[in-house]
Parts: sequence; C-alpha cells; structure tokens
Amino acid sequence: MTARPLNRRRRAAAGIVGLALAATACGTGGSTASEGEADADASLPAGCEDYADYAGSSGTEVSMYTSIRDIEADRYVQSFEEFEKCTGITINYEGSGEFEAQLNVKVQGGNAPDIAFIPQPGLLQRFVQAGKVMEVPEGTAENVEEFWSEAWKEYGSVDGKLYAAPMGANVKSYVWYSPSQFEEAGYEVPTTLDELMALSDEIAGSGKKPWCAGIESGDATGWPATDWVEDMMLRTAGAETYDQWVNHEIPFNDDAVVEAVDAVGAILKNEKYVNAGFGDVRSIATTSFQDAGTPILEGECFLHRQASFYANQWPEGTTVAEDGDVFAFYLPSESEDSKPVLGGGEFVAAFADRPEVQKVQTYLSSDEYANTKAEIGDWISANTGLDVANVKNPIDQLSVETLQDESAEFRFDGSDLMPAAVGAGSFWNGMTEWINGAETKQVLDGIEESWPSS
Amino acid sequence: MNETQPKLLMLMYGIIAFFAVVGILLLVVDRAPKRGREKVQLVAFLAPALLLLAVGLLIPAIRTVILSFKGPFSDTWVGLDNYAWMFTNGDSRRILLNTAAWVVLVPTLATTVGLLYAIVIDKARGEAFAKALVFMPMAISLVGASIIWKFVYTVRPADDNQIGLANQLLVLVGLEPYRFLQDPPWNTLFLIVILIWIQAGFAMVILSAAIKAVSADVIEAARLDGVNAWQMFRNVTLPSIRPAVVVVMVTITITTLKAFDIVRTTTGGQFETGVVATALYDQAFVFGEVGKGSALAVLLFVLVLPIVVYQVGVLRSQREIR
Amino acid sequence: MTTAAAPVSSQSGAAVAPPAAVPMSGRVKKKLTSRFATVTAVVIAVLWTVPTAGLFISSFRPANDIRANGWWNFFTDPAVTLDNYSEVLFSTSAGSGQLAGYFLNSVVITVPTVLFALALAAFAAYAIAWIPFRGASWVFIGIFALQIVPLQMALVPLLRLFSEGVSIGETNIIPAPELIGAQRFATVWFAHVCFSLPIGIFLLHNFISELPGELMEAARMDGASHSRIFRQIVLPLIGPALASFAIFQFLWVWNDLLVALIFAGGNPQVAPLTVRLAELAGTRGEEFQRLTSGAFISIVVPVIIFLALQRYFVRGLLAGGLKG
Repeated sequence: MTARPLNRRRRAAAGIVGLALAATACGTGGSTASEGEADADASLPAGCEDYADYAGSSGTEVSMYTSIRDIEADRYVQSFEEFEKCTGITINYEGSGEFEAQLNVKVQGGNAPDIAFIPQPGLLQRFVQAGKVMEVPEGTAENVEEFWSEAWKEYGSVDGKLYAAPMGANVKSYVWYSPSQFEEAGYEVPTTLDELMALSDEIAGSGKKPWCAGIESGDATGWPATDWVEDMMLRTAGAETYDQWVNHEIPFNDDAVVEAVDAVGAILKNEKYVNAGFGDVRSIATTSFQDAGTPILEGECFLHRQASFYANQWPEGTTVAEDGDVFAFYLPSESEDSKPVLGGGEFVAAFADRPEVQKVQTYLSSDEYANTKAEIGDWISANTGLDVANVKNPIDQLSVETLQDESAEFRFDGSDLMPAAVGAGSFWNGMTEWINGAETKQVLDGIEESWPSS
Repeated sequence: MNETQPKLLMLMYGIIAFFAVVGILLLVVDRAPKRGREKVQLVAFLAPALLLLAVGLLIPAIRTVILSFKGPFSDTWVGLDNYAWMFTNGDSRRILLNTAAWVVLVPTLATTVGLLYAIVIDKARGEAFAKALVFMPMAISLVGASIIWKFVYTVRPADDNQIGLANQLLVLVGLEPYRFLQDPPWNTLFLIVILIWIQAGFAMVILSAAIKAVSADVIEAARLDGVNAWQMFRNVTLPSIRPAVVVVMVTITITTLKAFDIVRTTTGGQFETGVVATALYDQAFVFGEVGKGSALAVLLFVLVLPIVVYQVGVLRSQREIR
Repeated sequence: MTTAAAPVSSQSGAAVAPPAAVPMSGRVKKKLTSRFATVTAVVIAVLWTVPTAGLFISSFRPANDIRANGWWNFFTDPAVTLDNYSEVLFSTSAGSGQLAGYFLNSVVITVPTVLFALALAAFAAYAIAWIPFRGASWVFIGIFALQIVPLQMALVPLLRLFSEGVSIGETNIIPAPELIGAQRFATVWFAHVCFSLPIGIFLLHNFISELPGELMEAARMDGASHSRIFRQIVLPLIGPALASFAIFQFLWVWNDLLVALIFAGGNPQVAPLTVRLAELAGTRGEEFQRLTSGAFISIVVPVIIFLALQRYFVRGLLAGGLKG
C-alpha cells in the first residue's frame, strides 16, 4: 500500500518575500505571558537572547506530525535545533507518507499530535468543524497579522477565526524546459497561451513530441492532472469563476469547467504532443510524477508543467538555473496582462493548548523562523518577513518574483480547498480515468455526483 | 546503533511479561479454593481471551453498526442515508461488482488450481520440492507479492525493451504490449491472479494432505471394482475430502474480503479497481466520512455472514455429535 | 489425534527432493508415480516461482540494467551488485530505506505477539472444550463469528483505549498508559493479540476437543486440577496445532501492514518492515532497484521459517480446521 499523498506539498518553495526584517523582529513573537508561565529569560543559555519570548517551558515536549519525510524532514529537524537548545523544549518530529489517513485516525483515537502541518485548508476545516483544532494563541495571531497577506490568513481561518498560521509555500504555475535546448532550436519562451500552443505545434511539426507528463503518485495518483485543470480554470474561466467552482457555487460539471478540462485535453490528450519519452497518452497515467520530466534532460521532451518543488526531482548534478540544464517559465495565460498564479502551502494546526505548544506555534509563524528555515535551503514561505537574501537557488528566486509580482493573482490549489471526498478522492480518480480514455463530460458528472451533500 | 538497546530491552520485557502472565494464571488455577474451584479455573482460563475479544473486536463491531447510522462527525443521526448512498452512487456499483468478482473468483479458482495440483503431485516425483515452491507465496506479504506482480505487469512503449515479464511474453509472440493494470474491467482480473497465486499453494497443501488421508482400504476396494481414474476421483476421493474443500474455500473467502493491500499497492484503487475494503478505508480515514465508512464495514460484515452461518451450522452438528 | 495427522513430509525446501511421503498410519501406501505427472508438477512449480525469481534476480542487478531491460537478460549479460542491498539496509541517506532498523522492529513486534496469542488461545480453547459450562457452544460460535469483523473498524476504539484509558461516566478507572519511544511496541502487541484470538481459538479448539476424553476423565478422578491436566496431558499432545497456529500468527504479524500503520505509524522507532516498504513503493515510483531488494529482505525471513516448518503447519491445520 502505497501512498504518498501530496508529495508535492513537501516541497515548500516559493513565498512572498517582502521587507527584509532581520532577526531583531523576533521581538514581535507571541507573548505567552498570559498563560502565566513564561517568565524570565534569565533561565536561557547564553546566545539565546532572541528566544526570550519562548522561555519558561524547559523540559517539556511537543509532538509534531507532518507529511514531510526524508531529506526535507531532516531539514525541518535541523531548523528547530537552536530553538530546542535555547528553550529546553523538545520537538518530536514525525513524518508519515500516510499523513492524511493517519492524522484522522490519531485525532479520532484521542491520540492527536500537538502540532500538525496540514497542507489542505479543506482538511483543516474538517478538523475545526469536529471541534478538534485550537484557535491560535495571541502571539501567533499577531505574527500572521503582521507577516501574511489577507488571502493566506483566510486559508488558515474557518468562519472568520484563525486556526492555523501559514508556513511554507510553493508555486505550481510553471512549465519546465531546457534553456540550452530552446536556444539550440531557436524556440522562444512563450508569453501567451496561444504562443505556447504555437510552440507546441512547431515542435510537433519537427517530428518530435513537445510535452511529457506523469500523474502516477501511489494512491494519490491523479493530482498532477488536477493541478493542470486548476491552472487552466484560472486562465480560461478567470479567478472569480475559479472561486465559485472551488466553493461549489457552480456545479463541478459546469460548462466553464468542461471548457477548462478540454483546454488541458488539447495538450495532454493530443497524441501529437504527448507523451514524449514514455509512449502514448495513456502512459501519462502510469508514469510517476517524479520521473515525468526527466526526458527533458535527454532531449526527448521539451515542456513539462509541474510546480516549483519539481526542482528537487532532477538527478544529482543537474543545474537548475536560467542558464543551466533545466529551468521553468511561468505557464502563460490568454493575454500578457493577466497573471493568475496557482500555488500551495502548509498550515500549522495545534490540537493542544499547553504553553509549550503555543510557543512552538508562535515561533513557527515568526519571521525569524522563516529566515532560519530558508537559509537551510530549498524552502520558501509566504512570510513577508523573509529576507530575500536568504533565498539562494534560482528557481526559488523565480518563485519569489512570481508571487511578489503586483499584477499576479494568487489562488490556492483548488483540490486542497474542496472536501476531501472530492479533492483527495473523486477529482484525482476522475482525472486519472479521463487520461485513461474517459470523456470529459462523463468524468465531470461523476465528480459532481460525489460532492458530499452535508 | 544506540537505538537498538531500548528495542531489545522491550523485547525482553515482552517475553518476561508473557511468562509472568502464564505463570500467574496457572498458579491461580492451581491454588484455587476447593469451593467453586471449577468456576475459578474456568474464569482464569477463559476470561483473558474473552476480555481481549470484547475490547478488540466485539465492542468496535457494535460501535461501527451504530456509527453507520450517523453523519460524518458522528453527531447527527441520518437514518439509512449512508446505506442509500452506498447503493446509489456511481462508484459504488463498480466497487460492489469488483468485490463480487474477487469473492467468487479467488476461492473457486485458488481451490480448483490447488486441488488439481494436489492430484497431479500425488503421482509425481520430487513432490516435496515442487510443493514447497508452490506453497512459498503464502509466506510473502501481500505488499511484497504486489510489488512482485507490479514488476511482472510493468509496461513499456512498444519500441522499447520490455522489463515486465508478462509484456515480454506478449511481444515475443508478436502482440502489442498490454496495460494490464489500466484497462477495466480486465485489470481487476489481473489483480485477482495475484491472490490466486498466493492462495493456491495453501489450498494445494491442505487438499493434498486430505487426499493422502483417504483410507487405503476404500481405494483398494474401489480399484478391485475396476473403476477408472475419473470415477475414482468423482465417487471416492472427492466425497472424502469434501469437508477439507469447504474449509479451504471458507478460509480463502474470508481472507479475500479483508485483503485490501493488493489493490492499494498496485493501483491505489484507481482505474476502477476499487473494492469495498479500500473504499471503506478511504471514506473513514482519508475523506473523514465516518458514517459512510462504517456502512461499508457493515456491508463487508453482511457479505461474510452467510459463510459464517453455514460454518456455524457445521460446527454445531459436530459438537452435538460429540 | 487418530484422524488426520496424515503424513505430509515436506522438507525444508532443500534442493534435494526427499523420498515420497511415508505414511505413519501403519499401512504402507504404494506410491505410483507417473512421468506425465512429474513433468506437469515441475512445470507448474517453476511457473509459480518465476515472478519471485524475477524479483530476486533483479535485486542483484545494477540500477541502470533494471531500467534498461528485463531481468531475463541477466542470463546472457550477468552483472551482479550488492549495492541495492547495502543501500536499502544501511545507507544513512534518509531517502534510501535504512531497513536494518525496521527489520529489528519487525522482530520485536512479532515474537511477544506470537507467544501471547498462543498462550491465551490455548487456555481459552481448553476451557471451552474441557471445562463444562452452560453456553460453551455459543461462546465458541461467537468467537468464530468475530473473525469477520473488519479490522479497519476496530482500530479507532483500540486507539482510544490507549490514549484515554477506561472511564465509566466521568471516573477514570484505568488511566491511559504513558508510552514513549520503544514502549509503543506494547500497543502493537496488544492489537495483534486481540485480532488473532478468533482464528487461534478456533484452530486450537478443534484440535484439543479431539483429544481422547478418557485421559481427562482419569486425571479428574485422581483430583488433578485443570492447570495440571493442561500442563501435563494437553500441552504435550497439542504440539502440532500450536506449531501451525504459531506459524500462521507469525506470518500474519510479520506481513501485516494495516495494524502496524495505525499503531506504530511511520515512526522509525517502532514501525516494521512492511510499513517502510510500502512507503518506498509509493514514493520511489519506478525505482525498482530499491523496491526489489527491499521486498526481498522482507520476504526472506518468513519464507525460510515457513519452509522449515511447513510440515508442522499442515499437520496442525489438518487435525484442526479440516474435519468438517
């Protein structure tokens, strides 16, 4: 049994980096003094002055449960080291590939972790409705107010109350390509959807297939295709209709959705375009998303739409840069004037309100933590207190630019906002069947039918 | 390796606990006062098991039935809504059909293959060796077996080298590579093959032993009557091993209904391969639809019920005879 | 024990085929072998083994070879490497498996579970069979029926037991145990033992109830307690049944994924091999070099134990469940 749901989110990459508020700003960190616990920085070891706000819980433990494993998990553990040393709070980190199901079981079983990183606002909402998630403490709320945009705050809130502070972020509206290949063949990075299609035709005309894709991902198979649809919805139907669709204010089989899916089909179901390096259209369904872009390196494939975190999937030794082996360009919209951006991120939810838990929560929402974590590498937050100088690799910088762009219209991954039965169920399955040969209308009718009534 | 020590310590504690529990139980039974001794002994022997069964299975089963009449957060009563949903939504039909295919095909085919092999092997040399090979998949976890077969079914484009055995064979005889796991409804059949592969060995070993246990006198007598091989099988062997066949089929059926590892590891329930057990897990744990998940669990329970009722009938007649 | 214990001589998968079955029932059955049957048997046996062999061979091939062509090319172009194994077993890189630690976890989970299940099931089976009480039949039938409770639904209530203890109303009569680190093995043991009792009691009862009643009667006349009868008369006689249930239980626990997933989670301190393997299968996509070697490591222990002990397995089962 497999299942790495949502590997995609493990890669937090981009963020809105605003003003460079350096480490001094940690003074805005939450005051847990109201708990009557925190007193005295005197107890802090030398060199820990920055952690004064989190003092007073030495010797306590906080359990943390996430979907992030392997190397990125090590980076998280590393990012807590100083905090742990200074405050005496031990953070027990556990990453699981069965995160969604396991979190459900733990919470239902009365065994909830103190803190969970939840990548789906939809899932967060469900736990809130079940009365399991604590409202954020004052300090965290202040941090979110200060460092995050209204939209991000909204994603962590239910009925106007903030339950989880945002943390990492990533950008999904990217097309990966090989800059050197493009130069050699004289291709230009397209700036509108029409140009993109024209480029695809041009490559197809040269006897090669332009696109490679793969949506296999254990029992989360299908999610890359849902990202495609979401990106297209933003482009063909616009952000407002997108919001209505995500909130089920228009049916899932609305004409606007049909149009968007067919626009995806014009690429993914076009035998002339796909599946470079792997076979025919249906091979998309069995190609793992990790492998899907690799034919670009061998010159077999030219275009691969995948999020910023795909940077981690290239084989060791691949240079990811604008003048390197591979890089990404923004998936263009119908005109250069509109710039919708699809992205995702994690939210820090607490299932306990002990003072040490709240301290960790507040620390994670601080600009100081964002900088510490970003410096370790391959991670970006939408925290505006994040210093741009700490973001070193080019794709993360591009993500930052994309998100910072005033004209860009950011939207959260729709399947993460929908009820899990759709967003982590029928939508994935439906798109897999669609790739496998099913008709658009029939698939969308099926998904519409599966939308939970309550 | 400083992680090893606490684990080994825990292992030791476990074993010590085992001896402590067993020792105390036997001691209680030994030292029981004369009056009511029988009762004390009965309780000491039976109570621990019954307690664990109640906690681990009986109470959860009752709770599940109750939850199946409630909403997703178990705080509202919804009557039969979850059951209605189960039989009306589009995916369910596929899931129920698939489950039916599994329950019908795995026990019958595994038993048939096992029986045929048991008969053949009865007359073959190198019996033990051949048996061990066919029996071996039984020891492999369903996850391991799924990985093995996923590898067998792997497909590559027609002009590439195939790395999966099944498609290599197709290519060898001049056919196009086939997507074994991707084409409903046939993909369910190819998944069923995996469980048959595992269970046929079990059926074979049990039935083979049963065949050997058929009284030599009976066989001798039949042979003197001049019956041919088929008649021998039909009229002598089969009736003698019928109870064994039934038990094998029942055991395999129960295994089949519960097994969801294969579907989850190979296709994750995609490509219309979902079964009740995978849908149950998704609804209850992934989608947070506890009510619907519970209703599916009850369905699973009801599906096995006829088998248990039948088996209970057999058991009761046995116990009465004794 | 008069009935079934039909002699099934199966040797431990050794390459040398042992002589055919030697019945112990006193009568010697002549074994009629036929060449056709032998050939068919061997062909099918080989066919049955090919998928596993493919995995085994692949696990020794270099990663690039596995991707480039089928494992059968190994015979024309043999290239052997142990890299796959050293990588999944010992590599310290977080993404590669680190199966050695998980392997130990599997052992720590399995051994006590098998011991407890055996003891508790044997006690209960004996009580039902030989301590007369009203409703014994119904208790037995009830236990048998519990086999069909879908495990999935038993998980959450059991978890609650561990996290909240037992309460009546507002009073907590048994507090929740504080389990940290390796102590969490205890919850996995508990769950496994609960789930294994129905089949265990069923198998052992069928065997124990077949023991000759005169033995028990005689001992009772001498004033022996049930404890003594159990230890001195029953235990020595039910060896085969205990062995077969022990093997069953061992395979079930070692190969289990669901229970481990819920009670041990992905925690490397307590999670068994199957959990890690499933993770690898999911996240590593098509990286067959890790999958094949990882799968083989998880397979090898149960297969060895199983092949070594299979004759007991069959003997115990036959006397038990197979007397319809």
